[in-house]
Amino acid sequence: MSETANVFFFGKRYQVPADLTIMAAMEYAGYELVRGCGCRHGFCGACAVIYRIKGSNELKTALACSTQVQDNMYVASLPFYPSDKRAYRLEDLKADSRVMMELYPEIYSCIGCNACTRGCPQGLPVMQYIASAQRGDFEECARLSFDCVGCGICMSRCPAGISHPMVGELARRLTGRYVLPPSAHVKARVQEIEAGQFDDPMEQMMQKPVEEMQELYNTRDIEK
Amino acid sequence: MEKQTKPQGMALSMERVQATRQARMQEEPRRMTAGEKDELLRRYHPDYREDGFTVLQAGPSRGTRVPKELGNLLQANSRLLGVSLEGREPDYQADVLIIGAGGAGCAAALEAEQAGARVLIATKLRMGDANTMMAEGGIQAADKENDSPVRHYLDAFGGGHFAARPELLRRLVMEAPDAIAWLEHLGVMFDKTGDGTMVTTHGGGTSRKRMHACADYTGAEIMRTLRDEVQNRGIPVLEFTAAVELLKDEKGQAAGAVLLNLETGEYLTALAKTVILATGGAGRLHYQGFPTSNHYGATADGLVLAYRAGAPLLYPDTIQYHPTGAAYPPQIFGALVTEKVRSVGAMLVNREGQAFMHPLETRDVAAAAIIRECTDRDMGVLTPGGRAVWLDTPMIELIHGEGTIEKRIPAMLRMFLNYGVDMRKEPILVYPTLHYQNGGVEIDRDGFVKNVGNLLAAGEVVGGIHGRNRLMGNSLLDVIVFGRQAGKAAAARARTVQPGKAGLQHIRDYARELEQAGIQPGEASPLLLPHYARKSPQNCKSYL
Repeated sequence: MSETANVFFFGKRYQVPADLTIMAAMEYAGYELVRGCGCRHGFCGACAVIYRIKGSNELKTALACSTQVQDNMYVASLPFYPSDKRAYRLEDLKADSRVMMELYPEIYSCIGCNACTRGCPQGLPVMQYIASAQRGDFEECARLSFDCVGCGICMSRCPAGISHPMVGELARRLTGRYVLPPSAHVKARVQEIEAGQFDDPMEQMMQKPVEEMQELYNTRDIEK
Repeated sequence: MEKQTKPQGMALSMERVQATRQARMQEEPRRMTAGEKDELLRRYHPDYREDGFTVLQAGPSRGTRVPKELGNLLQANSRLLGVSLEGREPDYQADVLIIGAGGAGCAAALEAEQAGARVLIATKLRMGDANTMMAEGGIQAADKENDSPVRHYLDAFGGGHFAARPELLRRLVMEAPDAIAWLEHLGVMFDKTGDGTMVTTHGGGTSRKRMHACADYTGAEIMRTLRDEVQNRGIPVLEFTAAVELLKDEKGQAAGAVLLNLETGEYLTALAKTVILATGGAGRLHYQGFPTSNHYGATADGLVLAYRAGAPLLYPDTIQYHPTGAAYPPQIFGALVTEKVRSVGAMLVNREGQAFMHPLETRDVAAAAIIRECTDRDMGVLTPGGRAVWLDTPMIELIHGEGTIEKRIPAMLRMFLNYGVDMRKEPILVYPTLHYQNGGVEIDRDGFVKNVGNLLAAGEVVGGIHGRNRLMGNSLLDVIVFGRQAGKAAAARARTVQPGKAGLQHIRDYARELEQAGIQPGEASPLLLPHYARKSPQNCKSYL
């Protein structure tokens, strides 16, 4: 380990190996993380950070677990951001545009600055999915927001106070429940099971001696 | 991020992978015979490395073999030994206390609340900070015409080396289609065709294509949906509040838990009529020095709490090493490369460009075969972190067309692109990573923990559902099926429970038992969070 980087956590300098992620570098520096650390592999959104490279006027955002440190990086973590999730009963909703008007009316105050999109560490078109939600195109909103990890950076950048991840979540649930066609074969199989169609064959399978199970397993046909 | 320069040996080997691709694609590698698999596992699977294990000398599973790191925590004293909580008013009271807010905990909460119980969730980090969130590949259910729950049973039973508890496995497969329907109803966006048919693929060891997915964010999509619904229902959740001990009444039944506010250091007590343990796995114990694909909080807390309260463990010596953890670049060492990458066509290839095995053997077999390739056969690729084999991802686009990777495994593409590796154009390097605890707390068919009344368990903390090896897509399924079941059963039982006097006598009894067994306990347990601060650079890298 020869190369090191000077990184500033909350303004305090630490010298760390240059190939570490921001999260590993914080631990290397001695932080015992409680907040701001979750799955450590880019799926949970616990570890949003905001940083600036000294001398640059650009503020950048990232997930600490998925971003390598750089020399002269000034980092602050954003382990929590006050979002505003509205409660609803999915079964009482319909997939029409009034839903957003009622639950998240602030999306119509979007000023189109695109700061949300520029901040997204997943590279999602955040402003566009908010626009889809405004139009009541929930499926598009759901697909564009699908890879959201809910880190909250978009919210922290929004002058209109929009809770973007919550809007995406609602759109995805509306889409999954009401927009995508229901799966007939799943429903049919549930009914067959409830009717007891598999009870006897299952019982017979469970009663077989292990040797017979091994033979069945080792010679079973495998779908191409 | 600009491209990192690869060491020369890696670059040369990659050229051989590219050069042999067309020829390899012409034939499917043969699957191993049962005898070959047994021999391979015995010689190369980490579960068979005796120096990685110890035998428990105290507690309800005395005489049982467990990983050393787990043994140290199980045979340790309580954090509360010597802490006085006597005479305190309880801080919380509920019908059903759920410890853990991952997939199983949240599914349990929804069902218990639905059944009319007052539910309280306590969780160590945030709701949804759990291995469920990180499950990428899919969830199994036998709901297609050519499939049946009986087939699903045979696949899982055989894949688990015929050791699963039949009554648990039966519930898993028979309730699988209903689990999918329940999630669909909650608004989970499964991959479907235009007429609503589920897009399903194989996983290692499946005989029918029954892997349902939401791209490669399957667990995340399920977890965030459950979390949203828990919030909609207004179920109280205590975040950053870890359970450090179960409370038991005079009859030895679970009666609540002592909690620790991780931010203030304050102990709190929660009384409940029934308690559900949904605390997840143990990857962050880094058995045998392996890196892990697991969440930061996966430290076996539930096993420790249950064990000290008198619950035996089933198969605690069977650990799942996921065959394909990322081996390069170093920033993602140990991160999960979903099995779905193989489901959609990528082959496992050695240094010389040979496909050394069928890509869809079960996980234990695949992990052992990769370890063999990198040790005795000396056909691994030398990387900065050790040795590895190739996962030939460009094959996916050759088989299914350009754009498939972005559509079907976008998280994987993103994870590697972060460090300048484009898996559409070049293969990636993988090596087994500590992924899943096959064993755990022993439960009955309804979810109740053996030997401790009014205590239930669901999710990865449970042992016996999968036997000695779990198939891909059966753990997302198990958190839903057994989470729901535990929630229903806990709510029903709570209606008949007469609360007794809750206390901690069992931790003092256990301390005495340790002493009598001549054990010198180390650090108090549960661990709660791994110790990563101030590690050497080498350690920091391996604990991503």
